[in-house]
Amino acid sequence: MLGIGWALRRVIRSSEDFFLSGRSIPAWIAGLAFISANLGAQEVIGMAASGAKYGIMTSHFYWVGAMPAMVFVGLFMMPFYYGSRARSVPEYLKLRFDEKTRALNAITFAIMTIFSSGISMYALAKLFELVLGWSFHGSIVVSAVIVLIYIFLGGLTSAIYNEVLQFFLIVLGFLPLVLLGLKDVGGWSGLTAKLATVATNAGFEPGAWTHSWKYMDSPSHNPMGMEWFGLVMGLGFALSFGYWCTDFLVVQRAMAAGSMTAARRTPLIAAVPKMLMPALVILPGMLAIGLHASRGGFLPIGSDGQPNYNLAIPMMLGHYLPSGLLGLGLTALMASFMSGMAGNVTAFNSVWTYDIYQTHIRPGQSDAHYLRVGHAATVFGIVASVLAAYSATRFNNILDMLQLVFSFVNGPLFATFLLGMFWRRTTSHGAFYGLLTGTITAALHYGLTLPRGAVSGIKGGFFGAVLHTYPSEMALNFWTALFAWTGCFVATLVISLLTKRTKTDDELRGLVHSLTPRQRDGDMPWYKRPVTLAVAILVVSTLLNVIFW
Amino acid sequence: MRLDVRWPIGGMFTIFGAILTVYGLVSNRAMYEKSLGINVNLWWGLVLLVFGLTMLWLAYRAHRAVKPNVTDSTSTP
Repeated sequence: MLGIGWALRRVIRSSEDFFLSGRSIPAWIAGLAFISANLGAQEVIGMAASGAKYGIMTSHFYWVGAMPAMVFVGLFMMPFYYGSRARSVPEYLKLRFDEKTRALNAITFAIMTIFSSGISMYALAKLFELVLGWSFHGSIVVSAVIVLIYIFLGGLTSAIYNEVLQFFLIVLGFLPLVLLGLKDVGGWSGLTAKLATVATNAGFEPGAWTHSWKYMDSPSHNPMGMEWFGLVMGLGFALSFGYWCTDFLVVQRAMAAGSMTAARRTPLIAAVPKMLMPALVILPGMLAIGLHASRGGFLPIGSDGQPNYNLAIPMMLGHYLPSGLLGLGLTALMASFMSGMAGNVTAFNSVWTYDIYQTHIRPGQSDAHYLRVGHAATVFGIVASVLAAYSATRFNNILDMLQLVFSFVNGPLFATFLLGMFWRRTTSHGAFYGLLTGTITAALHYGLTLPRGAVSGIKGGFFGAVLHTYPSEMALNFWTALFAWTGCFVATLVISLLTKRTKTDDELRGLVHSLTPRQRDGDMPWYKRPVTLAVAILVVSTLLNVIFW
Repeated sequence: MRLDVRWPIGGMFTIFGAILTVYGLVSNRAMYEKSLGINVNLWWGLVLLVFGLTMLWLAYRAHRAVKPNVTDSTSTP
C-alpha cells in the first residue's frame, strides 16, 4: 500500500508543467488545494488531540474561526493580493510599506515555518515509534532524512497537484475510521453518554464535552477554560483571521487561480468541505477519549501524567482498522506529514533566501550563489525543525503549540494588514514599529502567564513573576493572540498619526481598499456571485453552531 | 498540454479500491474482529473503486468534450 503511494508520486511528478503554467488553475482545484495546504499533520493529529482534550468546543476553530475568516479573505482580501501581483505576504508588505516591515515579517514567518515543520516531524516520528517500534530519537533522525531527500528530489514542485490528491486520500482514508468508531459507541447519543463520564470525571457538567457553547458562560465551566468573549475575539477574530488572511502557504493557492473572480471564489469553495471537516478530524478524538475513559487507559500517559492526546488518531487507526485499510490510513497520515514538513521547509528556504539574504545580507550575487544558499537553508531548516520537534514533545496536544506560534506571528500581522489595507494613512514606520510592538506584547503576555499545572519555561511564565494562570494552554494562546493584535493595532495607529506618509496615493493604487477599483459582480447570474456563496456558507455554519450548542 | 487532475486521482483510487476489494475477498474472516465483524476491506474497497472510476469517467468525458477526435498521448498519465 505504501509502495503504491510512492509509485504514484513519481507519475505525478512527471507532470510538473501543470502548475508551472501560471495562473490558470480551475477554481475547484485551487479551492481543494487551498484547504489541503492547511490539512497537514496539525489538522489531522492536532484537531483530534483537541477533540479529545477539549471536546466539541474544538469545532469553534471551524465554525467560529475558519468560516468567517475564509469568507472575509474571499470577499475583501483577495482583490488586493491578486490585484497587486505580489507573490507572497512579505512582498505585499514591501509594496504597501517598506523593506524593514517586510524583513521583520520574513523573520517571524521563517520562525513559524520551522515550528510548523518541527511539529509535523514530531508527529511522524511518533507514528514510526508506535507502528514500527523504533525509538523516538531514531524516528526523528529517519523523518529528517526522509524530508531532506523528498525536498532535494523536488518533491514540492507540483505542490498543488499533490495537495488535491492528498485531500481525497485523507478524506477517504479516515472516513471508515469515523464510521466504525461511531457505530461502535452507538452513534452520537452513545458518544454523548460516554463523554458524560469523561466530563464528570474532570469535574464538569456531563455535557461539557458535547456542547460547543452551552458552558461558555465562565472559564471554569468548560474544558478549554474560555468564556465566550475571549473565544470569539481571540480565536474567532485575532487568530483565525490572522491565519487565513496572512498565511501565504494558504493564500498562494488562491493566487494560482485563473482570474480575479476565480481567486475570490477559491476560499469560498474551500469553505464548503472545510465546514464538514470536524466530523473527520475532531470526532475521532472525541471517540478516542470516550474509549480511554471506559477502558481505563486507551491513550498512553505522558511524562506530565496526562494522556498523550496526540496519539488519538494513530491509536484509533490501530484499534479499528484491519491490515489493508490500515495501510490506506497510514498512507494518508504519512502523506500529510510529508507535505506539511516539505511545504514549510521550502517556504523557509524561499523566505530566507529571497526576503532576507538577497535583500539585506548579500544582494547582487549570481543565481548559482543564491541556489547554494537555498540548499544550505533547506538543511538548516531541517536541523532547526528537529529542535522544534523535541520542544513539541512537551505538549500533549500539538494544536496547543501550533496556535501559540500563530498567536505570535499571525495575530499582530493581521492588525497590520487590516490597517494597511483599509486605511491609506497607515505609514511605513507605523507598520514596522506596530508589528514589533505586537510581537513584543505577545512575548510579554506569554512570559508573564502560565497555563494551570505547567512549569515555567516553554509553556510561558519565563519572566519569573506569573501574573495570571489560565485554565488551559489554549486559553493562554487565545489571549496572547488578542493582546498581540491589540498591541499592534494601537501602536500602528498612534505611530501612523505621528509620522509622515511615505507613499503617495498613486503608489498605493491596488494596495489599499479605497484606492482599488471595486469588484463588479453585477453581470454574473446571482447564484455565481461570490457574495451568494459567502452568505450560504455563513448561514450553514451558524446552523451547525446551533445544532451542537 | 495540461493534465486533468482527475486522471491521477481516478487512477490512484481505482488501483487502491481494486487491491482492497481483492484483499477483502481473500482475507481471513477472523481479521475483521477489530472492525466490528464488518469486512471493511471489501466494502471500502468497493467505495474507492466506484469513486476512482467515476473520476476517470469525468476526466474522460471532459477530455472528449474539449478535443473530439484528437488522441493526445501526453494527456494521459
